[in-house]
Amino acid sequence: MATLISIPIMIFLLMLQTGIISHLPLLNGTADLILLVLVAWSLQAKVNNAWFWALVAGGLVSLVSATPYFAPLIGYLVVTGLGQFLQKRIWQTPILAMFMVTFVGTFAYQGILFIALVVKGVPLNWRECLQLVVLPSLLLNMALAIPVHSIIVDLANWVFPTQAEI
Amino acid sequence: MNPFSSRVMRSAVIALLVIGLLVLALGGYLNPIFRVVLNPLITAQSIMSSRFMALYDFLTVPRDVASLNQRNVELESQVAQLQTQVIELQQQIADSKVLYALLDFARTQPENEYAAATVIGRDPNPFLRYIIIDRGSDDGLRHGMPVVTQQGLVGRIDAVFANASRVQLITDASSTVNIHFQSSSVEALLDGSLTGDLALDMLPREATVAVGDIVLTSGLGGDYPSNIFIGQVQSVRIPENGLFKIATIQPVVDFTELKAVLVIKNFQPVNLVPLIPTPEP
Repeated sequence: MATLISIPIMIFLLMLQTGIISHLPLLNGTADLILLVLVAWSLQAKVNNAWFWALVAGGLVSLVSATPYFAPLIGYLVVTGLGQFLQKRIWQTPILAMFMVTFVGTFAYQGILFIALVVKGVPLNWRECLQLVVLPSLLLNMALAIPVHSIIVDLANWVFPTQAEI
Repeated sequence: MNPFSSRVMRSAVIALLVIGLLVLALGGYLNPIFRVVLNPLITAQSIMSSRFMALYDFLTVPRDVASLNQRNVELESQVAQLQTQVIELQQQIADSKVLYALLDFARTQPENEYAAATVIGRDPNPFLRYIIIDRGSDDGLRHGMPVVTQQGLVGRIDAVFANASRVQLITDASSTVNIHFQSSSVEALLDGSLTGDLALDMLPREATVAVGDIVLTSGLGGDYPSNIFIGQVQSVRIPENGLFKIATIQPVVDFTELKAVLVIKNFQPVNLVPLIPTPEP
């Protein structure tokens, strides 16, 4: 169930992202709920299927977005990898890890999208992209990091209930 | 029997006194006396009545408060329902206005076959400017079909699903539209950008272009039908060493408020790829 539940959750998040969050930009940047959920999920010690969640998220976003197919997939896998890497090292301070992975992950994900679009031939100026898209997106992601983390902790406790020792 | 006996006389005197008092009372001559006598009685009656009513209220009000509270909750619930209905109706009125405007536009362009669609989302990638509409291949939509509103050009269909389509807006950084001016035969390319601003490219230096000139699609390239309204020239400048003039365009469509659009179904975009010469090995 822990694996299959990722599909309805990611579909719901994608609907939120395209229907609501994309209408609320800061300059030209928007928060990325899917990225935040992936980061928070990969930071949960009990979770062992974060890679599958990243695959589902990347596949769905690739389907809907005009971004080249592989870019969101690679981006979300990189972010999940970051989360898994940090989760094994600073798991005692999950909020700090959440902020760190959100910070680095936003740069990494947006950077991958930027490179993919430039390779595709979209005329983008990196300085403009940084100022108008990446930094505002980063600010919004950081602002939403704590509430998303709290929700995902509850979700992880529900999906992976702690086993009582007999 | 003596008619003037003492008993008869007493009765007569009493009767006369009563009649006299009645006459005096009816004439208002006894009012001061009544006032003096009745005022204390009325005051006492008022005090007694008010105390009784207070006691009655004390005994009966708790039951009334409960029923009033219940009634209040019912009315508040009704008000909330009515407010929801009002909001829904206002939303429907707003949607109807948009649809009526689109319908009016479609009627003024009988040569085109339109399909109305609602905007249901935007591309999750913030570098791109695409919208998602709720009509797809099941409704006869195909890749490349132009998308407009009653105001002007919006973009064209980039990808089609069964019940939805993705539309590339003309403000997208990779969008290019061939345009001409209404007031002259000058042609140029309209480019989108990351910020959503529109700018003209390949605008000859000798072209006479002024602020406020109307920009229309030219139809060149076969991507869009000709003479669709795009916007007006906002500014023009001539770079010192540039080959072309630079002009910015104020689009007539507000792309942040797009709710419904029309897809031109009977326009077939021209695929120029087979005509482009490829270098021989």
